[in-house]
Amino acid sequence: MAQRFMAIAFCHLTTDWMVRRRPELRATPFVLAAPERNRMVIKAVNVVAAANGICCGTVVADARAVYPGLEVFDDKPQLAQQLLKALGEWCIRYTPVVAVDLPNGLILDISGCAHLWGGEAAYLNEILKRLSAFGYHVKAAIADTIGTAWAVCYFGDQGAAIVEPGRQAEALSPLPAAALRLEDTVVEKLRKLGFYQVRSFLHMQRRALRRRFGQAMLDRIDQALGWVKERIEPICPIVPYQERLPSLEAIRTKTGIEIALKKLLEGLCKRLEKEGQGLRKCSLKTYRVDGRQQIIEIGTSRASRNIQHLFKLFEDKISTIAPGLGIELFVLEAAVVEDLPANQEAIWSTTTGNQQALIAELIDRISGKVGEKAIHRYLPAEHHWPEYSLKLADSLEERPATEWPLDLPRPLHLLPIPQAIEVTVRLPDYPPMLFHFQGKLHRVKKADGPERIEQEWWLRKGEYRDYYCVEGEQGARYWLFRLGHYDNATPEWFLHGFFA
Amino acid sequence: MTAVSQKEIITRLKQDLLVWEGFKRTDADKAGAIGMGSIEDHFPEKVFPKGHIHEMISYQPESAVATNGFISAITGKLLGDSGFCVWVSAARTIFPPTLALFGIPPEQVIFADVRTQREALWTIEEALKCEALTTVIGELSELSFGDSRRLQLAVEKSRVTGFIHRNNPRSENTTACVTRWKIDPLESTGHPEMPGIGFPCWDVQLLKVRNGQPGNWQLEWNGDFCHLQPTMLAIPQFQKRKTG
Repeated sequence: MAQRFMAIAFCHLTTDWMVRRRPELRATPFVLAAPERNRMVIKAVNVVAAANGICCGTVVADARAVYPGLEVFDDKPQLAQQLLKALGEWCIRYTPVVAVDLPNGLILDISGCAHLWGGEAAYLNEILKRLSAFGYHVKAAIADTIGTAWAVCYFGDQGAAIVEPGRQAEALSPLPAAALRLEDTVVEKLRKLGFYQVRSFLHMQRRALRRRFGQAMLDRIDQALGWVKERIEPICPIVPYQERLPSLEAIRTKTGIEIALKKLLEGLCKRLEKEGQGLRKCSLKTYRVDGRQQIIEIGTSRASRNIQHLFKLFEDKISTIAPGLGIELFVLEAAVVEDLPANQEAIWSTTTGNQQALIAELIDRISGKVGEKAIHRYLPAEHHWPEYSLKLADSLEERPATEWPLDLPRPLHLLPIPQAIEVTVRLPDYPPMLFHFQGKLHRVKKADGPERIEQEWWLRKGEYRDYYCVEGEQGARYWLFRLGHYDNATPEWFLHGFFA
Repeated sequence: MTAVSQKEIITRLKQDLLVWEGFKRTDADKAGAIGMGSIEDHFPEKVFPKGHIHEMISYQPESAVATNGFISAITGKLLGDSGFCVWVSAARTIFPPTLALFGIPPEQVIFADVRTQREALWTIEEALKCEALTTVIGELSELSFGDSRRLQLAVEKSRVTGFIHRNNPRSENTTACVTRWKIDPLESTGHPEMPGIGFPCWDVQLLKVRNGQPGNWQLEWNGDFCHLQPTMLAIPQFQKRKTG
């Protein structure tokens, strides 16, 4: 079957994308620039800037001299590739084979696809219309070979061109030499020799061309004319981790839902195991006969593909599904997956790896029932201010980076908010003699301190605290502090914790 | 001859009774003395009962913190380097870095901060079923007999040691827990002439212990349990309670 290819060129790929994200930039001339040899060089221009005569490769300072109102943003080097990949994945709706053509194009193998849209002209228009609707300035061309399609797309006069089958040579003839995707040095040499158009050297003796310009040029000509096949590397989209289970008869019972869920989990976990992945978030979607959809979701604290465990997490939530007249379709989807290397079968069930997996499952069960915010594990943070001296751990595997400080007395119970107390102090900077807390008088028998803790001025402002450890008559030990110093009339005192 | 065999039979029957009451012991459980000194003589078979539920009762915030300190000290002895502990509480005031002082590496404690007593009870039971944990500490105020039996059944299977700290309970009702403790703070000892506060000291009351002897001790915690000499004590008389 005759092959047909389509080349799509995005004239202002990155700048159009910025306009899409920030519509207020539509009418302003702006460029994207990146440092190159200690100068800011323009890497991409938007439509308005291009109309004002600014082009890529200019130094920003020069461009500003030409057009003072120019806005400059930083250029991200990987952005174009990411955008093209995303656009390529979007284009898979038109053909299964899509390749990225850096720096700003896509190549589509459309053999046998165009008739589904009613012919090539309609197909081409449809794609251009949809892409233009996104806000991209695009050109496209269809031809028998990638080379011709690319040449006509980038160097042709029309925005949308179709080269009839077998007419490559005619289409290429009036185009400049650069349309053949030649190296810059070869193009320059051709220009010097007066070969401005392809037609002036297309039918020359191959021997003569090879001697002067090398084999690469002949390969390009052959590819463009269709004498040699050219390969492209198609984009492989990631298949979503999804399992579907349509049921012949509408399911209305809890047992039915459980069986469906087990079946779906088996399928999903099999695939996860094959690919060395484990899921972190998963949702079960049920489609009811009357068209209503219901979702139950679970999350795990660590990647898992244990069917029993995942089923148990779902089990608590199955009762929230109202089956109504019956459920006809179940869809199980793992929204977030993570690498989970296949673990060796444990001989002893008391190994630490297995222990952590069991604990992770327990945490999942608790956070599924009580809420994700309920589980805390702490690691030391290097701050003296008691409230900030610890931070939350991200995972069970995380170990403390620094030692837990043990040199200074810290209470076992720390009140989340210090409680105001009234004290009697013999002399400034002495520990209190007695204090009132919650309507009760405590006489201080022994005391330690003060330990001054300053606010970290680079993080936040506020008064320092002078901490005292005091022991009451009954033997109870408290952690008190005075906020600030004695300069102003009466400083405030607080109870902040209890020692064991 | 018959007298000896009778004695043997009685000891064997006593052992059997222990097993039926849920005192299944593995050799590993029997091995570990946890350094509580003479307190351990009061436990059945003179070993701290691991794999059981222990009940602690406190009424004041001051005794609550002493109780948590005592629980932490025991947990620190049980936990070791790789064990994990779950601390379930509805209103947590524990400051994790201080747990290191009681021998618990604070990063090995997983705090479950629940909202209600019901959730706390459910979480404690789930945690007690998890064999990978060493201890579970739960702060509850009320624990009915039925609930305590559920917890006891959970640990009999998983061999996890559970501590239920009941702060301000409405009544000291009967529970299926193997021990009941009450811990109060004591004035710290140290040289009378020296200023400052010494190591934490507690008045430990073992009010109930199944198949053991209740007792009362004065302890100091300095990284190990240290029994205080009666002469060094200066406890007001009203704090001493007759128990046993």
